[in-house]
Formats: sequence, C-alpha cells, structure tokens
Amino acid sequence: MSDEMMDEGGKVKKFLYLNRKAPYGTIYALESLEVVLIAAAFDQDVSLAFVDDGVYQLCKGQDTAGVDMKNFSPTYNALGDYDITKLYVEKESLEERGLSVDDLMDIVYEDEDDDWAEKPSIRLVSRTEMAEVMEQQDVILSF
Amino acid sequence: MILHTVNKSPFERTALESCLDHAQPGSAVLMLEDGVYGAVAGSRVADKVAQAAKDCKLYVLGPDLAARGISQDKLVAGVGVVDYGGFVDLAAENSSVQAWL
Repeated sequence: MSDEMMDEGGKVKKFLYLNRKAPYGTIYALESLEVVLIAAAFDQDVSLAFVDDGVYQLCKGQDTAGVDMKNFSPTYNALGDYDITKLYVEKESLEERGLSVDDLMDIVYEDEDDDWAEKPSIRLVSRTEMAEVMEQQDVILSF
Repeated sequence: MILHTVNKSPFERTALESCLDHAQPGSAVLMLEDGVYGAVAGSRVADKVAQAAKDCKLYVLGPDLAARGISQDKLVAGVGVVDYGGFVDLAAENSSVQAWL
C-alpha cells in the first residue's frame, strides 16, 4: 500500500477484487475476503467480481457443519456496512455451471443517499460487460 | 474394481474428464471436495457425467455438497449421495482407490 494512497485527501482509486476460485477447496476465497475487509478501511472505490468458479462463493445455503470448516459466506452480506456495494457476477460463468442468480445469496446494502433503502449488491453482467468493468479499474487484485 | 475419487472442480482441471475416460464399466466414482461441482445438472459437463452414470456407479460426498450450498435435488440423475461412512464402505468394497488429484 503506497504512502500516496493513505494521504489525507489522496486520489480515490478504483479497486477490483477478481475472484475465480470455489470457496472451500482452496484458501483463495477466504483470503480475498480478508483482504477486501482490510482494504475497506482505506476509503477507496472497491468492487468485487465473481468469474469462473468464483461464482460458487456466493451460493446460498452453504452449511459447513459436516466438514468442520468455517462457513464464511454470511460475511458477503456484511460488505455493505463497509461501503462495498458492487458485486459483479458473470452470467455466463453461472450458466456453464448449471446455476442461475436464484441460486445465489440475497446480498443487500443500505443506501444512505436513499433513506437507507435496502438495495441488491449483486449485479449480474455478461462476459462482455465484465471485461468493461475490468477495463475501468485502476487496480485489479486477483484471487 | 477400482474406486475412483475426484476432488477438483471440472471447470478448472481435467481430473473428472480423465477419470471418466478411464473408469471401466461397473466401477465406482466418488466426487468430493470441489469435485462435487461435477455432479450438478445443467452444467457444461453434465452430459458427460450423465453418460458415465449409465455404466459406472457415481457418488458425491454429502457433507462437501452441503458445505458448498448445492442441494441434492440439483444433481445429475443417477448420482448417489454418501456420507463419510459410505466413503469408507466404498473404499472397503473395492480392491483399490485411484485418486484423480
């Protein structure tokens, strides 16, 4: 993290955390979430992207009781409290895996500019749109 | 017969594909950990899995399925769900275990 970024009134950059791994088979998904929460303290413009096996991270109904691992999926719903309200999910990645947006958690945030109305954080985008989202970033972090 | 196990996502590695191409008719294939994603109906690999289910006995490990939020009614027809005890039974019933890592 550069000094410039942490300066008071420094330029706000667009950060994209690009997630491409399923949640429990490797540590990537959990590590990504940890870094996102740390980075949230720096008041940057943060978006999350879920591509390829990364879409599995957002599946609802995760129950890890039988595998003796921490179920970290509820944490995604807390991201709104850290002003992380843009979760881009690639439609084609879902479809290739036999999934639809209905299989994902209902992740919401409270919009302070709209009387704290609850709004969906998940933005379903096409592969072409995802490429555009990536193009618009200053920094992309891969997990 | 051999018990084949697959623990990788079929969308990231070719383990499931290689496994199904080598599993002889009558053998057992157990999908576990990220391998359970291979058992979901309607996916890019579902047709190949459904085809394999005609000749082989296909299973997924229930606790790994539940951890990932995949409900049992989303599975390819013909795929059975086993618990850890069932995994042990499969290992005991077969002469050897081939893990497609």
